Amino acid sequence: MPSITFVLPDGTEKSVEADPGANLMRTALAADIASIVAECGGAAMCATCHVYVDEPYAALFPPVGEVEDEMLDSAAEGRSTASRLSCQLTMPDRNITLRIPASQQ
Amino acid sequence: MDSGAELFDQATPHGSQPPTVPVFGVDPYADDFLTDPYADYEAFRDAGPVIRLSRYNAYAVARHEQVQAVLTQPDIFCSSAGIGLTNFKKEKSWRTPSIILEADPPDHGPKRRILTRILSPAALKKLREEFERQAAFFVDRMIEKGTCDGIKDLAEAYPLKVFADAVGIPAEGREHLLPYGDLVFNAFGPINERFEKRMASAGATMEWIKTICSREALTPDGFGSQLYAAADAGDLTEDEAALLVRTMLSAGLDTTIFTLGNAVVALARHPEQWALLRDDPSLARAALEEVMRYESTFQSFYRTTTQPTELAGVRIEAEQKIWVGIASANRDPRRWEDPTRFDILRRASGNLAFGTGIHGCVGQMIARMEGEIVLRTLAERVAELVPAGPPTIHFNNTVRGFSAMPLTVTAKAS
Ligand code: HEM
Ligand code: FES
Repeated sequence: MPSITFVLPDGTEKSVEADPGANLMRTALAADIASIVAECGGAAMCATCHVYVDEPYAALFPPVGEVEDEMLDSAAEGRSTASRLSCQLTMPDRNITLRIPASQQ
Repeated sequence: MDSGAELFDQATPHGSQPPTVPVFGVDPYADDFLTDPYADYEAFRDAGPVIRLSRYNAYAVARHEQVQAVLTQPDIFCSSAGIGLTNFKKEKSWRTPSIILEADPPDHGPKRRILTRILSPAALKKLREEFERQAAFFVDRMIEKGTCDGIKDLAEAYPLKVFADAVGIPAEGREHLLPYGDLVFNAFGPINERFEKRMASAGATMEWIKTICSREALTPDGFGSQLYAAADAGDLTEDEAALLVRTMLSAGLDTTIFTLGNAVVALARHPEQWALLRDDPSLARAALEEVMRYESTFQSFYRTTTQPTELAGVRIEAEQKIWVGIASANRDPRRWEDPTRFDILRRASGNLAFGTGIHGCVGQMIARMEGEIVLRTLAERVAELVPAGPPTIHFNNTVRGFSAMPLTVTAKAS
């Protein structure tokens, strides 16, 4: 099973395994990644599941969706070209790394 | 009321079904069901992951896992055939269907994007201060009265002021908004006596709604005018802008009113939970989330299968209506510990009261903001919040709420 490495705001890392196709926001919640809030439960309405996906991992995901694009402007910590809403992403079939922003609200 | 299930009989007209789907004959829109639906929901959940409601010839999912699965596969379980019992592919709708709520991809996304922008957390920040001021006004008025109605004086009065102002609706005629919302949510159920009665008296209301959804009727800076600005930018047609104003009014007002009412009733009935909130007003947002889980306003709606599919091992044909029991999912012990307990300290997020997936409520951040502000203001200003009589239930086919909650309130010592 492939794994996700979460790089937490303080620089520490936490790895968890995830089935390909699993929702990344739900996987992060199940792994107790405290800075993923996900208040809207995956409806792309709250921007509190914001993560940074850097290369080479970014290319494993489809491009930012039209609604996701709108909502990323509400992210508490600055939006960058690596910004994604983890609720809109599913696990690819290999290992990935996600950087977690320091603030979500 | 509790109703046992029979097992599906191969000899019925739906003979192609596997015989293991439990069948319920109960009417989930009958008064006695709606008065306390929770025992029936439990029976639905315990019978199996997918059941049938024979009276309406529909499948039903009542467990959290299957409700979530249905809502996150919009290509298989679609909304464009209507999220009520009426199948728009076969029968005519009572009104032009909503172009967002009752649309599928790829039509859905562009409309959703525009509402997302208008109702995003960043956009709502500008409204917060005024919303707080208004909450203080209504709560102080309740305290002055001493004996008041938690529904009329707060749950109805507050969104009728702040939400209708935010959309940009004229102050005149707002009394039409409640019967309109009531009609819309009745219409997601069967064409029963309850719906017919509302429809029969709806003439003037429908006229008024049409008028105020027009460009000229709206204040210049509200959500409504922002929709017309999107039309000017070429992102919507003029007619689509009008329909989206209508959607905001029908989807955004009754729901919030009933949710605030359910919060007041739940807190008045659970003095120990009220005491927790009063002693720590910062619990307001979490308390609202638990109200939504415990007494979900929008109880159920439908999806329609676009193709033959399998759900939790049950084969379902194409073009089948599926009752989606979000209120039941929110009390599923497979997902929630001690689900019948109202506990504002629990982690209630992840509940499905706003739906989830691509149609998950686009107004949920403003609804949460209204709810949080009202509960925080109550907690900051009110000491005692005590029932002065039993609440009166409001019967509607798909939303759950109350029309009266007599209260005695006293001021917190400042
Ligand atoms: C506590 C109050 C509210 C509750 C309980 C609620 C509930 C819901 C639910 C369950 C859905 C999903 C329906 C489905 O999946 O078919 C939904 C969708 C929707 N809600 Fe809300 N709602 C509330 C407040 C609001 C407000 C304030 C607005 C408008 C500002 C609004 C506008 C909408 C719209 C436009 C949709 C359709 C979204 C789409 O199809 O993409 N709602 N709501
Ligand atoms: S969980 Fe709310 S935007 Fe992703």
